[in-house]
Amino acid sequence: MPEKMPEKKPKRREFLFTATYAVGAVGVGAVVWPLVDQMNPDASVKALASTEVDVSSVKPGNTITILWRGKPVFIRRRTQDEIMEARSVKMEDLKHPEKDEDRAKDPEWLVMLGVCTHLGCVPLNDKGDYDGWFCPCHGSHYDISGRIRKGPAPLNMEVPKYEFVNANTIKIG
Amino acid sequence: MSDHEYVPSSKFGKWFNDRLPLLSLASHLTDYPTPKNLNYWWTFGGILTFCLITQIVTGLTLAMHYIAHADMAFESVEHIMRDVNYGWLIRYIHANGASMFFLAVYIHIFRSLFYGSYKSPREIIWIIGIIIYLLMMAAAFMGYVLPWGQMSFWGATVITNLFSAIPLVGEGIVNWLWGGYSVDNPTLTRFFTLHYLIPFLILGLVVLHIWALHIPGNNNPIGIDVKKPSKDTVPFHPYIVIKDAFALLMFTIVFAFFVFYSPNILGHADNYIEANPLVTPAHIVPEWYLLPFYAILRSVPDKLLGVVAMLSAILILAALPWLDTSKIRSAVFRPLYKQFYWILVADVLILGYVGAMPAEGLYLLIARVATAYYFVHFLFILPILGFKEKTIPVPLSITEPVLGGMPNLATVKQKESLKK
Repeated sequence: MPEKMPEKKPKRREFLFTATYAVGAVGVGAVVWPLVDQMNPDASVKALASTEVDVSSVKPGNTITILWRGKPVFIRRRTQDEIMEARSVKMEDLKHPEKDEDRAKDPEWLVMLGVCTHLGCVPLNDKGDYDGWFCPCHGSHYDISGRIRKGPAPLNMEVPKYEFVNANTIKIG
Repeated sequence: MSDHEYVPSSKFGKWFNDRLPLLSLASHLTDYPTPKNLNYWWTFGGILTFCLITQIVTGLTLAMHYIAHADMAFESVEHIMRDVNYGWLIRYIHANGASMFFLAVYIHIFRSLFYGSYKSPREIIWIIGIIIYLLMMAAAFMGYVLPWGQMSFWGATVITNLFSAIPLVGEGIVNWLWGGYSVDNPTLTRFFTLHYLIPFLILGLVVLHIWALHIPGNNNPIGIDVKKPSKDTVPFHPYIVIKDAFALLMFTIVFAFFVFYSPNILGHADNYIEANPLVTPAHIVPEWYLLPFYAILRSVPDKLLGVVAMLSAILILAALPWLDTSKIRSAVFRPLYKQFYWILVADVLILGYVGAMPAEGLYLLIARVATAYYFVHFLFILPILGFKEKTIPVPLSITEPVLGGMPNLATVKQKESLKK
């Protein structure tokens, strides 16, 4: 019997150690998570979720920029030529293929985040090789539908959730 | 740690030292044997310590006046510049001090590269150094955000967006870093907190860096192991202390020139415009000390791969002790490595230059070639060179070429010319 004892005891002790470590790890995790999560967007930031914009004064061929959740949103009233141009692009020519019809519900109005999908700069209006936007930071060119055509950005400029409250007012968010 | 047993002369000193051996530590530091052939490139360790302390002291005093709030930060910095007694001086020392810190650290790193100071048995010193360098970049970046000017804001936007390149979780991580959906007040307050914290982390790592240095002792210009203490060494005090002090004096002249005569030359005029989330400045550039890495980022046309390349360019340095397969430390005895070393220096300078230029046309081409060469240097040239290179025979000790043993070519020639 005394020879068997040293074999059994360490096993029980090992189990206790492992169980203690496991409970300890859960405890540490429970303490660390609030410290990590406090950095996420807080309730007051999340509360600023939607903005209404009066677009009655925007003339065709013009873009206005408004601030939504700390980010610029471009609202462009497109001319017939621009709509034609945006809709005639072949899908094969696009890095991130999206139909203009899917990006602009009402073809006259293009609403999108004015944030370059590369590293977050604000692209410039009516610039670049594709008659749309050009990002001065790292040289991304966007077309008149806000789709990436040339440069390091991987995606088209994002279209946020929006709706026409009435003929003159767009609600973003 | 101590090379000899130290006994304090006074009775109180002995009593105290038995309980907390601070006097032994001081004795170790003053008597610490250093190779007697250390040149001025070795004075930058001391200069860097000075830079760190300068940044901490000026930073603490600035923090007494600065307000970390998106609506007030910009004005509070102007308040420091105009109203606070000597505020302009303290801020200019702090802002230019960051540049001086990086100037010194780059010289320190390239010293190490030339003389092979990162090689066995000093790998841990080197790796701690790389961590310090990374923390310095983080601290400098966050510090640059605090004045809340246009470059602050858009620099912060671009750099934090680097994380959005991570697949799947990228977006979530960026929102977590921002504490919102764009760089805003929550971002500013946390950057201020971290900017305050990091220098003290660096200070702790500097202690480890020096501790690890004191185990094998300093490398030296001929890169051989030195018996210590011996004819090849001198005590740290007064020999190295006075040499470091003189070098520091020269360095502070350069420092003072920037602070007093061109305090804004290393900054960017756009940062005197308050942050505006609707307008990106026409030409975003980071501070000069980050330009080579910025050039690497922009030279890769893919977003994720660009970020990976940039981070690899820094992290590859940590693997350097194992990538360099040569047993000979100093470039003095490595004729081929010496040439590749200077090509690397030129390569990094070129990367820095194109990093400041628009990423298009010829600049982009140059950036791509220089980026490729940077990685080729570390991943191919260094490992192969260790096996292929024919090195020059290394002397057995520092004094040997002077006092006999192996003939020194220079002295032999001199003696012959004297005979004639």
